[in-house]
Amino acid sequence: MMSTSAIPRDPSTPSAPATTRGGASLQPENGRSALAQGAPANPYRTDAEREALRLQRRRRQRLYKLAAPTLVALLILAWQLGAAIAGLSEFILPTPFATLQRIGADAPMFLRHAWITGLEVVLGFAMAVVLGMATALLIFYSRLFEHAVYPILAGLQTVPKVALAPLLVLYLGYGWGPKLFLAGFLAFFPIVVSTVLGLKSVDPGLVNAVRSMGATPRQIFFRVRLPAALPNIFGGFKVGMSLAVIGAVIGEYVAAEKGLGYLQLQANASFDTTLNLASVFIIAIMGSLLYCLLAVIESKFVFSRSTSR
Amino acid sequence: MNALPTPTPARQGAALRFSRVTKLFDTREGDEVCALDDFDLTIQPGEFVAVVGPSGCGKSTLLSMAAGLDTPTAGHVSIDGKVLTAPHPESATVFQADQLLPWRTVLDNILLPLGLRGKLTREHHEQAEAWLRRVGLAGFGNKYPHELSGGMRQRVSLCRALIQHPRLLLMDEPFGALDALTREQMIADLQSLWTSLGNSVLFITHGIDEAVFLADRVIVMSPRPGRIALELAVPLPRPRRWKDALQDPTFHSLMATVRETFQAQGVLQV
Repeated sequence: MMSTSAIPRDPSTPSAPATTRGGASLQPENGRSALAQGAPANPYRTDAEREALRLQRRRRQRLYKLAAPTLVALLILAWQLGAAIAGLSEFILPTPFATLQRIGADAPMFLRHAWITGLEVVLGFAMAVVLGMATALLIFYSRLFEHAVYPILAGLQTVPKVALAPLLVLYLGYGWGPKLFLAGFLAFFPIVVSTVLGLKSVDPGLVNAVRSMGATPRQIFFRVRLPAALPNIFGGFKVGMSLAVIGAVIGEYVAAEKGLGYLQLQANASFDTTLNLASVFIIAIMGSLLYCLLAVIESKFVFSRSTSR
Repeated sequence: MNALPTPTPARQGAALRFSRVTKLFDTREGDEVCALDDFDLTIQPGEFVAVVGPSGCGKSTLLSMAAGLDTPTAGHVSIDGKVLTAPHPESATVFQADQLLPWRTVLDNILLPLGLRGKLTREHHEQAEAWLRRVGLAGFGNKYPHELSGGMRQRVSLCRALIQHPRLLLMDEPFGALDALTREQMIADLQSLWTSLGNSVLFITHGIDEAVFLADRVIVMSPRPGRIALELAVPLPRPRRWKDALQDPTFHSLMATVRETFQAQGVLQV
């Protein structure tokens, strides 16, 4: 008795291996062993099948990638054709093509105004970043400051801050003041909140570990807290950037002599709907570009599992 | 015998001493909870001391005071006779979670403690590589922590501690989060690594087997407030191997003694 198995096996399968590749049943069926019914079907794919599957998956991925751009193209096409078929006049709804044509024709003028609005957005946003992060640091490092200020900031989040715009003209005049203030003010809140959140979410174990190596508070901030908080901070930046665009344009609506918002008011006054819509296009493109710029910076400086090698 | 370069020659271990240490924690209600009560313990230079105890017995508090991360309410902790007020430059700590920075590569994680102290040189890089080879992770320097298994990450964490040439190594349940097989391998590896280093070790654990296997002396703690319930010298010869230990009656009787102490304390009721 050399190889007695600990598990009693059915006598009808004396030489069956304990398992087979495919996991075919070894239980006898109707008194016949599984082996007696012939070899189990090979469950593995052939090379050709595998290649076909791979191709199919790649095609799917390509389809997913194209889905959104295709939908946008279709909607624009529907707009273009729909406006023509319904016979809508240029005064009510210009077609996308006409709008683009207008942008092309008046490119230098649009560029001049876009430059002004863009500058308002970027400067306002930069102010929000500096003040927002400084406030967040104070909140993070001072309990008293946190208790005094944070509830107020959180409460102000819900207040429609654009309602301040007419007042701002009164206080800050017709120049850059109201636009920068509004752009910065709107962007400020998400930046503060997300920076505080990011700094608070740092694993205390990580901080302790680095502290045990003799790191100074400054080293702990720059080597642990800040890098760990960056994903959150950039989330706040992105929200803040889109709000800064809103702030700048609203500031121009109230009182301005240049900028895309001002251009829209001019267009309204002269029933130039195409000019109005073209301005909206440019505002939208500007917002997207600034958002993408942040995303690019983020992908360069912020660690994420998917981008690491 | 070992063809791999030894990063630095072993240095004399440091002496760690807890003198009449009491640690109280304030609760939210304003009461005080006593984690350690009039605790005395001395770790001799080059000694490996394991502290075993039930959760909440204050053993991690013990370690964080030795690491200079926390201060006693009464009494003091000293290294080489100097009272600790901040992390000691010649001690290094390995925690239960690997505590690697996820945005740094393995190599940069190991170099972190050196980078905090000054400019990094090519030599430092070579040392880090040497330590990686030493723990069997050659070629993993450019990986990120999340690309490694739990056991590998804990090895990196060990490298990060050892590259500081600590004369005192503090380990807080370093293998507590690993699976049983990885843990056994890590214990064996730590044992052989330590025999070549000669630093002092304070090893906190709740594993009776690893405490007895690794340590020169096992300290058994009572439930809160933490006091020493039993001190046990481990006379097993080194280097130790699992297969020898498991057949050694001394090993088993020492483990039984620790277990009986826990039973007497009401920690184990079997």
